[in-house]
Formats: sequence, structure tokens, C-alpha cells
Amino acid sequence: MRFEYKIEGGDFTNAGLASSQIKKIMKQVGIEPQIIKRTVIALYEAEVNIVAHADKGSIKIDLEPDFIHMILEDEGPGIADIDLAMQKGYSTASPMVRQMGFGAGMGLPNIKDNTDELNVTSEVNKGTRVEMKVFLNK
Amino acid sequence: MLSLNEVATLTEAEVICGIEQMKREVKFGFASDLLSDVLTLSVDNLLFITGLSNLQTIRTAEMADIGQILFVRGKKVTPEMCALAKENNIVLLTTTKSLFYCAGVLRNAGMEPVY
Repeated sequence: MRFEYKIEGGDFTNAGLASSQIKKIMKQVGIEPQIIKRTVIALYEAEVNIVAHADKGSIKIDLEPDFIHMILEDEGPGIADIDLAMQKGYSTASPMVRQMGFGAGMGLPNIKDNTDELNVTSEVNKGTRVEMKVFLNK
Repeated sequence: MLSLNEVATLTEAEVICGIEQMKREVKFGFASDLLSDVLTLSVDNLLFITGLSNLQTIRTAEMADIGQILFVRGKKVTPEMCALAKENNIVLLTTTKSLFYCAGVLRNAGMEPVY
């Protein structure tokens, strides 16, 4: 099954809507709750990252029998140093994003902890691509 | 384990939504205004205690399978937050007491920290 979503930068009202819908679908098809939780936490963090940092973005999700594959692409400032961004506590988030309860430099490390495969590529002033995979039969 | 009824009595909290779920029991408490920290937790039967009141507070609880939130320092819950909480079967409580007060009385009553 394939699902696609459009994400608007700065739209904190709808942030998490895609993750919420994917959570409901995973529940419906009977995936184990712990695996659903890992998947949607990673997806939600990545979705919030687009809202927090980018101008706009898209999410493409393939739900297969054995795994879920998620690609989040955005147009925005990009990440200059991905290794640095993967470190806990490093953040470039705005005061507004911090006021919302995010932007403490925990997002990418938390995504890494909750996925089986993670690949982040980025070009400064163009955008970022986050590719994640979670296996469903662990 | 503490029931949500006991939590509400101890913290002098008002039930904003989910009153029919007040017999539900919670074992752990976690107090934070940082949502990413909440998203790192993996325990069940958790009460999330926070002074951060926005739609993403509810979304975070939804993603982390947290069924109950206690808002402290008199933070207001919007109708949109309440609707999202109801949709996800999340109980919302609110108190004028401080986060420190609530964490203290709940810990004294036997609620456990996550770490």
C-alpha cells in the first residue's frame, strides 16, 4: 500500500496528521503495537522537522508485508553538517519551534533509535531527504 | 498504581475530557515541557504532566501511546485539543497547581518515575 502526503512549513496545526493516519492504518492491518509506536514516533519527528525547518515537503510511504518504507523530502534550508545534526542537543530551531515543545536537538537521534535503516541526505538552500525503514516482523 | 480519580483528587485537578475513563490506572509519571523527551519513552500506563498546552502536546501523546495528560499551572485546553484527545481516547486533566507540586504529591502517593 502506498500513501502520499503534502506538508506545509510552519503549519503546526496540522503537524502530525500524516503520522496519525499511518498509525491508524498500521493498527487496522494488525501490526504489533510496539512496532507501530517505533514507526510513528520516527515518522512524527521527521514530519515535525519539515514543519519546523522547511518551506514545504512531501511524505511517501510504502507499507509492505515485511517492512514500512518512508521517504520525506523537503524544500528548505537543508542541513550543512548532517553528522552534527545527528548529535543529541544540536539544533538550529527557531524560538517559535522551541515554544511548541520541539527544537531541543533530539529529533534526528530519536529517529535513528526508532528505525532499522536511516539515510539522510541534504543540500544547503535546497532541501533534505530522509529515508527510513522499519521491519514489521521482529 | 493510582487511578485517575486519585490523581485528580491529589492534584486538585479538573477533568476536561474523558471523565468516563477516570477509573483507569497509571503506574508511571513523567513531567516535561519538551515533547521530544516524551517521544523517547517506552513505558505503558504513563501520566504525562506538563505546562505545555498546544495541539502538538496531544499529538505527541497519541504517537507515544500515552492515554492521560495532566496540565499544570492553570494552562488552558482549546476545543481543538479536546477533540483530538477524544478521538484518541486520551484523558485530559488540568490543575492550577505547579508542576513541582503535582510531581511531589503523586510521587508521595506511590507513582513511579520512568527514570
